[in-house]
Amino acid sequence: MSENILHAEHITTQFGGVVAINDLTLDVNAGEVVALIGPNGAGKTTAFNCITGVYQPTNGKVDFLGTELLRNHPQGKIAKIYNGDHKEFYSGKALAPTPDKVTKLGLARTFQNIRLWKSQTVFDNVLIAKHLRYQSGLLSATFRLNHAEEAKMRAETMALLEEQNLAHLKDEVAGSLPYGLQRRLEIARGLATNPKLLLLDEPAAGMNPQETQELTDFIRKIRDDYKLSILMIEHHMDLVMQLSDRIYVLDFGKLIAQGTPAEIQENPRVIEAYLGVADDVED
Amino acid sequence: MMTESKRRQKGIMALMAAIALIILSIGAEWVAGNVDGMSMLLPVLTKSTAYSLVAVSMNLLNGFTGLFSLGHAGFMLIGAYSYAILSIPVAKRIGVYQYYDGGLIQFSVPEVFSGFLGDSIGTVVGMCVTLLIAGIIAAIFAFLIGLPVLRLKSDYLAIATLGFAEIMRTFIQYEGSAPLTNGSNTLRQYVTFDHLYSYVIVAIICIGSIILLVNSTYGRAFKAIRDDQIAAEAMGINLAKHKMMSFVISSFFAGVGGGLMAMYMSSVQAKGFTAAMTYEILLIVVIGGIGSISGSVIATCLFVACSEWWLRFLDVSDNNILGMDLLGPGFRMVVFSVIIMIIVLFFSRGIMGDKEITDVFKPRNKKKEVAK
Repeated sequence: MSENILHAEHITTQFGGVVAINDLTLDVNAGEVVALIGPNGAGKTTAFNCITGVYQPTNGKVDFLGTELLRNHPQGKIAKIYNGDHKEFYSGKALAPTPDKVTKLGLARTFQNIRLWKSQTVFDNVLIAKHLRYQSGLLSATFRLNHAEEAKMRAETMALLEEQNLAHLKDEVAGSLPYGLQRRLEIARGLATNPKLLLLDEPAAGMNPQETQELTDFIRKIRDDYKLSILMIEHHMDLVMQLSDRIYVLDFGKLIAQGTPAEIQENPRVIEAYLGVADDVED
Repeated sequence: MMTESKRRQKGIMALMAAIALIILSIGAEWVAGNVDGMSMLLPVLTKSTAYSLVAVSMNLLNGFTGLFSLGHAGFMLIGAYSYAILSIPVAKRIGVYQYYDGGLIQFSVPEVFSGFLGDSIGTVVGMCVTLLIAGIIAAIFAFLIGLPVLRLKSDYLAIATLGFAEIMRTFIQYEGSAPLTNGSNTLRQYVTFDHLYSYVIVAIICIGSIILLVNSTYGRAFKAIRDDQIAAEAMGINLAKHKMMSFVISSFFAGVGGGLMAMYMSSVQAKGFTAAMTYEILLIVVIGGIGSISGSVIATCLFVACSEWWLRFLDVSDNNILGMDLLGPGFRMVVFSVIIMIIVLFFSRGIMGDKEITDVFKPRNKKKEVAK
């Protein structure tokens, strides 16, 4: 068994009376590609937002690289109307890091609707992502007392762009790139933060089959080149089945199945969730 | 990628531009004193210098960090008052604080410095130190007000900072704080710079620092926050910390700019630092181009020159048109407003957009094909 990177335990997120995620437990091990799939509105992106600190889960905890990343239990008003399946509450003070702290620990992400800094160049987009590892203070940065560090940042950015075959576009404005390249740039930007785990939110959204195939190879390549683990949300089943080591299936916030691609394809509950009525499916 | 020699070249260019500006300002002062009809040049340029520093500092916050704050008159007020209070010569305090027994503070920073650096050098050093203190006091206020206020977004932030500026104005005029601030009476007789170039040097140093900051990694982080806050946070930029940084730095320079304004006006009264002053600066920033530092400077000069000088003839009521008494005091503001409307209509992104003056002279690089 390889080393555990991410361990989310009994994550429940409730917005008012609506339970968006109900008792989700998932693991990502070193070097794995894990997919999170499910019909629209199943709570996949909410799960991402919980793990990355955008939302605070109502109940549950997440470990990252063996240390506790976040933890919460129902408090205040929500405790009275708590409706999750997992009734045992985590004790202790809530641990709720902001997204920037999560990223600093080595957990980068991309977004479902691309969120580049569109008015800035490709080079700057990646360079800004290097800011979080910047050591020098404000004054030394302003008055250029730290050539070495700035130069190192720029060199690393250039190297990353070259590895990602984006170097020839470095002076282009990010917003002017074609869609597929914007996706690639967003992933490159995530890589610039030196992550251990990369969360991809629908990386193949809006891509044609050929682009999807390219993306499949690309994801496999970055996993090997950067020794990453990858957790992704995806609707393109070709990509998911080819790439994933394990798959988690969410439906209405609840985990309905998990396993290898072959197991998932056979699973009647998954077929039901996707196609509605299990009886109509014959094989 | 920038090489060592290229960077040095850039530095030398900047230094030469600064020296050229200083020589120009000396020249302008001579012209104002010796050429007929140009006497307005000096006050216009002096005010422009102070205002452009404030405009650039506002641009750092509104244009580069994307925080829509309207508290600049408040920070200028703090800067102006800090400067004035700390630099009135001790002997003159009894006259200035005539109702308050010479006031609470019984020392003057420029005098302290002239005590051990000699009269002429000491006073100048002391004035610069006082400006620095004025900026720092404004920055401290910004930090304290920023703690609660920076959690707000867009319009709400604007309202809260606007409110802060008004509170500061009222507080300074309040009778209880009068031993320190002289209440609603004017502060005057503090030491001021004698020459335009002194203002210009201070402004160059401050604006230069802002330019360096904007082009540093922190400046890039600010721009990331402006462009997409959620993405910035997801890429590890601490929003609270960086917003606070930008807010405090911007207020620091607004405070220094306020100190320069105090010098230019040679007497300060809290009454003058109204919300309208913030709007004026906001107008300058918008006309110059949000996100363009040189745009702010150019717009400041045009704005101040138009409102104080070039349109003055419209106020003289004896050049009637068609026998109608159209022209009269205040008419220039009507014309001025129309000009501003025309600018906003035809330059919707301001004079400079988000470009800098140096971009204009750069050889335009050929548009490369975006490879698929």
